[in-house]
Amino acid sequence: MEMQTIKNKEIVTKVTERISGSEAIVRCLIAEDVKIIYGYPGGAIMPVYDELYKYQDKIHHVLTRHEQGATHSAQGFARISGKVGVAIATSGPGATNLITGIADAQIDSTPMVCITGQVASHLLGSDAFQETDIVGISTPVTKWNCQVTKASQIPEALAKAFYIARSGRPGPVLVDITKDAQFEEFDFSYEKCTKVRSYIPIPKTVEGSLEAAAKIINEAKKPFIVWGQGVILSEAEEQLKAVIEKAGIPAAWTILGASAIPTAHPLNVGMLGMHGNYAPNILTNECDVLIAIGMRFDDRVTGDLNKYAKQAKVIHFEIDPAEVDKNVKTDVAILGDAKASLALLLPLLNKNTHTDWHQEFKDLYAIEYKKVIKNDIHPTEGGLTMGEVLNQINIQSKGEAAIVSDVGQHQMIACRYANFNQTKSNITSGGLGTMGFGLPAAIGAKMAAPEREVVSISGDGGYQMTIQELGTIFQQKAAVKIVVLNNDFLGMVRQWQQLFFDKRYASTEMVNPNFVAIAEGYYIKAKKVTKREELAGAVAEMMASKEAYFLEVCVEKENNVFPMIPSGASVSDIRLE
Amino acid sequence: MNTKENLYTISVYTENNIGLLNRISAIFQRRHINIESLNTSPSEIEGVSKFTIVVNMTEVNIKKIIGQVEKQVEVIKAYYHNDDETIYQESCIFKMRSNLLFDERQIQNIIKESNSRIVTVNKDFFVIEKSGKKEEIEILYKELSGFGIMQFTRSGRIAVTKEEMKISTMLETYNN
Repeated sequence: MEMQTIKNKEIVTKVTERISGSEAIVRCLIAEDVKIIYGYPGGAIMPVYDELYKYQDKIHHVLTRHEQGATHSAQGFARISGKVGVAIATSGPGATNLITGIADAQIDSTPMVCITGQVASHLLGSDAFQETDIVGISTPVTKWNCQVTKASQIPEALAKAFYIARSGRPGPVLVDITKDAQFEEFDFSYEKCTKVRSYIPIPKTVEGSLEAAAKIINEAKKPFIVWGQGVILSEAEEQLKAVIEKAGIPAAWTILGASAIPTAHPLNVGMLGMHGNYAPNILTNECDVLIAIGMRFDDRVTGDLNKYAKQAKVIHFEIDPAEVDKNVKTDVAILGDAKASLALLLPLLNKNTHTDWHQEFKDLYAIEYKKVIKNDIHPTEGGLTMGEVLNQINIQSKGEAAIVSDVGQHQMIACRYANFNQTKSNITSGGLGTMGFGLPAAIGAKMAAPEREVVSISGDGGYQMTIQELGTIFQQKAAVKIVVLNNDFLGMVRQWQQLFFDKRYASTEMVNPNFVAIAEGYYIKAKKVTKREELAGAVAEMMASKEAYFLEVCVEKENNVFPMIPSGASVSDIRLE
Repeated sequence: MNTKENLYTISVYTENNIGLLNRISAIFQRRHINIESLNTSPSEIEGVSKFTIVVNMTEVNIKKIIGQVEKQVEVIKAYYHNDDETIYQESCIFKMRSNLLFDERQIQNIIKESNSRIVTVNKDFFVIEKSGKKEEIEILYKELSGFGIMQFTRSGRIAVTKEEMKISTMLETYNN
């Protein structure tokens, strides 16, 4: 059937086909170039699964073992590829189980489209079986969401969903589709969305702001760059590198910004925040110009805001106007996309080296190395440390692996010590701090980038929150390398109990199962290491494996992560012990 | 910038969308901000809705709130103004027993002096309507409460700004 519509005075011929709403959903996904989706079937989404069965040569559906796993896999997929991740679930509990992953994607700006089935429209509000108000529930944690009750609304809703998820500051969106809309037949045609009237994905840079920023940077004696995930999301890695190299500016990263610039780059001075490196935290309160790029001054990064970089002029490169002046008052805000803004900034900057200033970072690193790093990664006595496991992974992977961490002590150690040569290689739950994120996110990352080595690093606590996804790894033959750093404790909480609650270890000691047996139960090769001399060989064996591999490393039970900025303290009050 | 709390009128121009009220009110709820009043209506632009929200907060924080509101995909533009920058009104209606009109002559005077008006009268009750500032309505309420009020309702604030809102010109550029 052909329909003619008049648009911009031109006659556009749209080819339409009469198909069901559920088939339209699958066809929309194909039109958006989606090849892998993660989900779990159920009553209200069954018509869509029926179509997925017919279109399985075009779209690979990954059956996760829990809907939360589907969202984290979609997030891992998005984070390593820069593309939109897709998760799909049924109504009621299927939909509510998505919420943790959606909230995680919202706070970490991850592009994700979630599609949920919903009870038939005549049953809405009747407390029908598996009915839940998922649009209401997901509103505060989505960038956008909507409910569709007619098949004819599906193409526009999904086109808008993909556009909103990926454009501007990315984020999760949810489209809830009633079962009758899935069954209904209509004349289908698909047009990608390129504009929403009320939505400005990339704000205009204020005229003169780049020149003002360049002047401040050129006059600075101690300029300091702090960058975040915005650099990765806008693919501004080369532009950032060019800026720091030309102007000779030391640069540090938030954990979501990690890997944008190689770890070994001489101007990469390390990690910011609560468990970040000594020098960048101390010197935040010494710099004269602080240049924030694609980061949002999270409280885990800034510590006490009243004692944060008060001496410095602040320049903020930011795509989301709501972030400007939200936590830290800026002197110059550069609104817009980081890649474009940095490219425009570069020719305005003077060449510089700031050798003495850079030396201050080196001197403080030497102190941190002696007091913390050396013992973390090259311990000579005591039990195994998390740091030496990371060191072995660095050696074996030559810094080419993507590291997917969970949340807790091992996460801080992984972010601190992992070597990254490539961007989009540090996948972790930053803003929400979602235990259980790591394993399913690693599945998504491996499937999006099968050519890459993907190492999932979890603690014994978080690992057990989504341990059932071993089933997905087995079924999908996803060659994820799984490392559990087992200290038989919820280590980070235990650390706080030790430091701030007089060692009252309330509900942090874990009596753990036989992890090797569990992995083997899923037919995954598995090994447990308890001694230092076994570690290098075991990591080498894991990395050499062509298929999934599970490695449990029993580490010292009561080690703490240092440096540490106590909660509510200033960045310059960072403690080394 | 002013760090003391002040009454502000927020005007939010939006697409007409089912879930948007929930999305906008959640921004206030999440930050534990009490909404003094909220009104939704069509705006001067066809197909564009307007939320008029009154809150008591500091200017530093209201700027942040405006940022969060404007960030919502279906919000076109949000503005905030203090009371000096707006012309604003609220309205209210009182339901009273009809016999008061004859037994209590004073009521006639109150209606006249307060610039309110009688909307309807029947044998059981009559209805008074008044538009004005919140304080004027509060005074009227006080004066009438001695006679026994059967029902009372006050609306949220509605407001227009003294200065032009640039929304129309902005929308024109969007549409082109």
